[in-house]
Amino acid sequence: MRVKVIEVENLSRRFGKIEAVKEVSFAIEEGEIFGFLGPNGAGKTTTINMLCTLLRPGGGSARVNGFDVVRQRSDVRRSIGLVFQQSTLDEQLSAEQNLRFHGYAYGIPAAQREQRMNDLLTMVELNDRRKHKVRTFSGGMKRRLEIARGLLHLPRVLFLDEPTLGLDPQTRKHIWDYLHDLRQRENLTIFLTTHYMDEAENCGRIAVIDHGRIVAMDSPDGLKNAVGGDLVTFSTADTQAAAELVRQRYHVEPQIQDGQVRFHVTSGETFLPDFVREFPQRLLSVGLRRPTLEDVFLSLTGHEIRDSELDAKDLMRQGMQRWQR
Amino acid sequence: MTEIWRGVWVVAYREILRFVADRARLLSSFAMPLLFLVVFGAGFTRTIGALAQGVNYIQFMYPGIIAMTVLTSSLFAGMSVVADREFGFLKEILVAPIGRTGIVLGKAAGGSLVALVQALVMLVLAPILGVKLTPTLVLSLIPVVIILSLGLSSLGVLIASFMQSQQGFQLFVQILIFPLIFLAGVFFPVNNVPAWMEVISKVNPLTYGVDAIRQIFLGSAHGLGVTVFGHTMTVASEMALVGILGAFLLLGAVIVFNRQE
Repeated sequence: MRVKVIEVENLSRRFGKIEAVKEVSFAIEEGEIFGFLGPNGAGKTTTINMLCTLLRPGGGSARVNGFDVVRQRSDVRRSIGLVFQQSTLDEQLSAEQNLRFHGYAYGIPAAQREQRMNDLLTMVELNDRRKHKVRTFSGGMKRRLEIARGLLHLPRVLFLDEPTLGLDPQTRKHIWDYLHDLRQRENLTIFLTTHYMDEAENCGRIAVIDHGRIVAMDSPDGLKNAVGGDLVTFSTADTQAAAELVRQRYHVEPQIQDGQVRFHVTSGETFLPDFVREFPQRLLSVGLRRPTLEDVFLSLTGHEIRDSELDAKDLMRQGMQRWQR
Repeated sequence: MTEIWRGVWVVAYREILRFVADRARLLSSFAMPLLFLVVFGAGFTRTIGALAQGVNYIQFMYPGIIAMTVLTSSLFAGMSVVADREFGFLKEILVAPIGRTGIVLGKAAGGSLVALVQALVMLVLAPILGVKLTPTLVLSLIPVVIILSLGLSSLGVLIASFMQSQQGFQLFVQILIFPLIFLAGVFFPVNNVPAWMEVISKVNPLTYGVDAIRQIFLGSAHGLGVTVFGHTMTVASEMALVGILGAFLLLGAVIVFNRQE
């Protein structure tokens, strides 16, 4: 039995009439990479803010490294590292000055601080830029520096809120290489939020969150298997009629998306040849693939992650303004 | 308690680091005072003549301009709070184990130190203006500037707690700064003005800051000092007044900042 690093029970929070997080419960073990997957405004950032003591929970309880997030705020803060969605670096100062400020604020002894700064700057490949002002850095460099800063005080958990938002694919991969490396080296627990499906694949376990509720929680493979096997997609001249035929012949519940009929079968490779030969309508296209997390999200919530983004962003903005006030 | 002290020095340290790193700010903060000194000094000194025995207009105005420098640079301590909020750095400070009280005290202390440095740099103009500097003068100026600037930077932080954008803050402070300066006896003695203006000036706390700095430069014997109900204010009583008000502003800033989420 491994140590539980984060324990959350019935955590809730509302902003006025909007219930941002509704009775969320989960536990994270030491060394796990745990991801919150959901569209913007689903309650991911609100949850992180409550766990890192920036926001008071409206209900329920949460413990981080054994410390209560309401009663033992300083202990929680000292034991966690944070990388926020938006940059929180001081762009007027150099990389080194930003790290040193962090060291002072967390009361790290000087010798340990300088040693750790060297190690981390080397690891994120910014050692040659340490004297440069942060405003000259690219988006990826800033994010790497923030990760280094978040780890300076040897936290046991690293919180990452949309760690690769707005970064190009190579940079995203690069950052994930660091994170995996770190987890192994320091037995770090990582809690992240994301609305990128491919990013969620890096997690050991994912909680799918929608409208403030956790709708499923499992490993990426577990979630994909739960959807019901491989995904068959095809198109014909009359998708409505085709969907009805599928329902009758194979006893599954097909969905129509982007002019295609889609349904899940347990063993796609053996199913497909028979399907193509037997199907009464003329098939315009046929496809078969392993389900992705996008499919998981669609089947769990009935909508795609990007569908809910527009109105969700507005909600999030409201929430943020409230926080700032 | 140790967390509060660590917060104070960490936050104040950064204010100074940023001030030193930003040379444009250092230079531009002298533009306004210098403009007033040069234009008003050159424009009025001959017309007005001596205001008192051995005190010409520019010598009268100069201590007031120093107080004005302290005012603007202290109030803009609040600007750094709003800027931090806008650029996200405030979050880094808020999640650090230092506590809100430490953050507010640090911002006020940092703003106050920056104001002190600017006031001291203004002293280089003294010889040019025919004002004699003595070590006693400089040594008594320092605590007065610190008390005045602590109160004013607390006011800046308090205002910043209610502001979402730098533009909003700047606008508000500009509107606040001009009446404060014009009705504080920087440019003319407040004893010889219409009654309504005298009342406003004597309610304006900055008046006592200006007068205290002026007394340090010119002594109290010139008869230009501020009188309240016939009693001529001394530097000590003026500082007590400014200090108490400043303490309330600081307390207000701490309370407001602690309440926010």
